[in-house]
Amino acid sequence: MSKNNKNEVVMSVKNLTKIFKSGIFNPEYTTAVKDVSFDIEKGKIISLIGESGSGKTTVGKLILKLINPSSGQIIYKGQDIAEITDKKDTQKYYRRVQGIFQDPFATFNPLYRVDRVFDMIFDSYELGFSDKDEAIRKVLHDVNLNPDRTLGKFPHQLSGGQLQRLLIARALLMDVDILIADELISMLDASTRIGVLNLLVESCKKNGMAVIFITHDLNLGYYISDQSLIMYKGRLVERGATKKIYENSTHPYTKMLFEAVPEIGDRWDPEEEFLPEQVVGEVKDFYQNNQGRGFVEVEKGHSVLFSDE
Amino acid sequence: MSENILEVKNLRAYYNILKGQVKAVDDITFNLKKGEILGLAGESGCGKSTLASSFISRKKPLEYVSGEVDLVGHEIMKMDEAEFKKLRLKTISIIPQYALDAFSPTKKIRTFIKDLAHQHGIKTDRAFMEKVEERLDLVNLDKSVLNRYSIELSGGMKQRVVMVISTILDPDFIIADEITSALDVSSQRFVATMLANLRDLEIIKSAIFITHDLSILYQIADRIMIMYAGNFAEIAPTDEIVARPRHPYTRALINSLPKVGIQYHDKRLSGIEGTPPHLLNIGDGCRFRDRCPYAIEKCEETPIREKVADNHYVSCWRWQELGSDLNVEE
Repeated sequence: MSKNNKNEVVMSVKNLTKIFKSGIFNPEYTTAVKDVSFDIEKGKIISLIGESGSGKTTVGKLILKLINPSSGQIIYKGQDIAEITDKKDTQKYYRRVQGIFQDPFATFNPLYRVDRVFDMIFDSYELGFSDKDEAIRKVLHDVNLNPDRTLGKFPHQLSGGQLQRLLIARALLMDVDILIADELISMLDASTRIGVLNLLVESCKKNGMAVIFITHDLNLGYYISDQSLIMYKGRLVERGATKKIYENSTHPYTKMLFEAVPEIGDRWDPEEEFLPEQVVGEVKDFYQNNQGRGFVEVEKGHSVLFSDE
Repeated sequence: MSENILEVKNLRAYYNILKGQVKAVDDITFNLKKGEILGLAGESGCGKSTLASSFISRKKPLEYVSGEVDLVGHEIMKMDEAEFKKLRLKTISIIPQYALDAFSPTKKIRTFIKDLAHQHGIKTDRAFMEKVEERLDLVNLDKSVLNRYSIELSGGMKQRVVMVISTILDPDFIIADEITSALDVSSQRFVATMLANLRDLEIIKSAIFITHDLSILYQIADRIMIMYAGNFAEIAPTDEIVARPRHPYTRALINSLPKVGIQYHDKRLSGIEGTPPHLLNIGDGCRFRDRCPYAIEKCEETPIREKVADNHYVSCWRWQELGSDLNVEE
């Protein structure tokens, strides 16, 4: 891994907050994301880790402009993406910022051949390839797919792993700046997962693509990412270089995640009483004991949320 | 003999579809001892859930073909549905994969439990409800959940309620099918540990824990069985199979698991190239051979199940010859 300090920031997320309102007469408000800030660097992978309801998917959706923030900004190339409203500019934005989601079978239309995902981008964007077919075949080789055994097939004729590779190929063809990978591999088998992950890292290194890897799986997050963000109940509770967070986790929620993650070669302590509900109280105490400290850098490149005000 | 709760011999169960037979469970032999949790692992489509359904639901298009299954003295494959129903919940029970969706959104948990009990001919008197409350307490749920609706509970809480219901009659044998897969890591640990606790308290006498996640099995299983594409691959005590797997597939599966502390930049993990074969009208031979780096001509013949050591069996022609080669740390 290169150690140069000229890390180019491609996107800045600043104090991002999303409050969902439900009901008309007596509306209820749910804060899905609160005051989340981080930078996305060129060619780097950031893991966004949290459990269900932590707000990690909402952050992804906000970046993909699928929903609008309640407050805060997402700055891409010097512009707040909330200001991108007309159709042409939006399309320009999607030319460089793309998402891949958990269920590949939901992404592909079962009635069309898989080639359609390529046809669609060639129809929508000026990608600047003189030979379209040649470009597709080359990029399929890059993601370890045999073009002759992939093109012309229907989605049900390919495996989940192959379909996800196909979507990565599409992002590479578009030469995107940022790829939001939301639980990209959680539906894949263990034996095919690693191949897709390795591919993702190689693509980042080669093409300078940045990836936000949204996951609930700490082991996978650790394996591929340079930076990690830990989210809990809509808040960013720990942020920093992956190794630092894992070696020196400080927030009680992050600690709990590490204790719970199953690993071969390391058995859970059967004497220790482990209750998932306990963390709620622990976090509360932690905030109480650190009143007024807020989000603080504890070491270089590693910040922790100490209090919830 | 008597210490085995379950004995399965050469079980074959196929799906009959228009195009032919899908050999989803093909020649599976194993036993389950009293007090044991057997982990059953493999990739999607390997037949692990089908194996469970062949014991318990036995519905078309799944058809029992041959083999014997002895469950505490009952030849369950030979029983008709009326006879088998008497065994449900008391002798054999299942915590199903999609249990989280099983709840009715319009019924309180209490009503749901009572309805279910009635279906099985169990009286829901005060003693029964007290037992339910006791068991809820055991899984760290307050009895107030009985008055709540399922949407008010988290996935982990629902899974715990399902565990309580499935084990309420202290079954001899329980099948836990992917009970942790849909849960957050924190709930995963609790639920998996709970299964082991139920066994320690002798509320359940034995269990098969089906999952695609070997690292969870490592935590609580006494032995682990690996299946591949409907066939038996390997079975051994947990520590043995993790440290000294004999089947190339087992080794590859373990190698593909990331661990905290291993980063891409330090050590590249490798998956398994290719995809499992289609099981429709599949012929002879080791079903892993197309993906196996050690495959030879002999692998065109179906491998036989051989004994490696006590409690350790493998189906691979080359296990003896490969032996330690397979286990060299890269």
